[in-house]
Amino acid sequence: MRDGYPVVQMGHVRQVYTSVDGGSFVAIDDLSLDVGTGEIVAIVGKTGCGKSTTFNLLLGLEAPTSGSITVLGRDPFKDFNHFRSKFGVIFQSDRLLPWRTALENARVGLEILGYAKQEQTELATQWLHKLELDGFTNAYPHELSGGMRQRVGIARAFCMNPEIFFADEAFGHLDQSTAKRLREVFLNLIGETKKTCLLITHNIHEALEIGSRLIVLGKPSRVLYDVKTPSKTSRVELAEFEDQILDIIEKNEAVRD
Amino acid sequence: MASGVTRTEVATSTEQGDALARALSALAGRKEPITSFVVILAVWQTVSFFVPSYLVPGIPAIVSSFWEVVSTPKYMQDIAITVSRIFSGLFAAFIAGVMLGVAMGFTRAVEKYVLPVLHFIMGVPALSWVIFAIIWFKHVEMRITFILLAGCLPNYALIIHDGIKSISKEYFDMLRAMRPSRGQLFTKLILPGMLPAVLTSWKVNLGLAARVVIVAELVGASKGIGNKLLLAQELFDMPQAIAWTLVLVVFLLLTQFILLLIEGRLLRWRPAKEGGTL
Repeated sequence: MRDGYPVVQMGHVRQVYTSVDGGSFVAIDDLSLDVGTGEIVAIVGKTGCGKSTTFNLLLGLEAPTSGSITVLGRDPFKDFNHFRSKFGVIFQSDRLLPWRTALENARVGLEILGYAKQEQTELATQWLHKLELDGFTNAYPHELSGGMRQRVGIARAFCMNPEIFFADEAFGHLDQSTAKRLREVFLNLIGETKKTCLLITHNIHEALEIGSRLIVLGKPSRVLYDVKTPSKTSRVELAEFEDQILDIIEKNEAVRD
Repeated sequence: MASGVTRTEVATSTEQGDALARALSALAGRKEPITSFVVILAVWQTVSFFVPSYLVPGIPAIVSSFWEVVSTPKYMQDIAITVSRIFSGLFAAFIAGVMLGVAMGFTRAVEKYVLPVLHFIMGVPALSWVIFAIIWFKHVEMRITFILLAGCLPNYALIIHDGIKSISKEYFDMLRAMRPSRGQLFTKLILPGMLPAVLTSWKVNLGLAARVVIVAELVGASKGIGNKLLLAQELFDMPQAIAWTLVLVVFLLLTQFILLLIEGRLLRWRPAKEGGTL
């Protein structure tokens, strides 16, 4: 058990996909983890270790083959509709609807939640302002840069004032400097809201920069290492820690091979 | 939101103006198409001097017939009848096609059963449907409606099915994470997502419907452009035959142009290079 009441709990989760020709693929083998209230947890692992599957399971978009998952005390798949307004999700690609302007994209969650139109617009405009997109509220996604589109995606997630944030490789497709700036913005906003956040990434540096706790996944998804991230004051210490995590992942790969 | 509304209003009028301007410049600004038409008309007129007028009438005779067709009330009634047959048949086929396309897009079982049948029906020549309609139905309007349904419904259903299938799963997951109702998922994602396919289906089917209705009118209707074409053929009145054909061509060009204007308005979110061009 971590700090505070566990917001997310996964117990011996296994996820197996069956292909059309009858073959099967184990995406998650035996994954157990928990996340406490207010924690910012970064789940890190190599490509193909089941991070995105874990993400979809936590959002309730898929049911696990076996094992238990609870988010805020309920099963996100079985109690699907209970989670209206509960999740703020930031995806790898911005997933902005191309026929909606930045403002319309930012407020789509509020529309779903049934907010009055004026309130939708006010809230979305406030968040777009916070994310420095004042002059672009009426721009369509194709008129925005990758970083700006991801900012709209962040605004869309924060607009709904959710209880927990999920981010899946949210900064992975951006160039280094844009990603760094957006990580800072994101971390500040999470800090302001004091909400629980679960970030999934393949980038150890990003995981260390954002997460207050680090969970390293091996293949197929199982926890290799679960630790509080060290103080971010010492670059040398961080670099050493990064090497240590890399070493753990590589050793796991070697054992598998 | 005030600025958004203003922008939309300005954009609408600007886009319609742009579309019109592009259409005009396509005709006026390019020498090549005008040259082509001038050459064709010149060759036609020259041939008309050496061939009997009931085979190749001169341009003035054609223009005169065309004017007679579009300015005589009883002929205009024939045009209106054909146009109303085209649109009523198309709307019926569209409604049924949308329902079938949506059902196939979301229900795997429906897709498995219906898709092969639609592909098979698509392979049936339009003329075969005309023959079946004559055998099966006595009433002309029934025949025309049947032929249009058989010819256009599969097109609508297949294009809309493709349109729904082309909506990225990523968008579905993004919205489903917010827990929308089925209605919200339809209005916020599926409807706008399949709109380009709907417009494409109309563009494809308009031409098809016009051809099919004319053929259907040729074999049994007492009114309509097809009937007038048949009369022109029986009377060996080539100027009239060409005039009625031109009416149909003008109707198709006009409706395609209107569809492009609608497309420009509804799909204004698309980058210019992907948007409809005139």
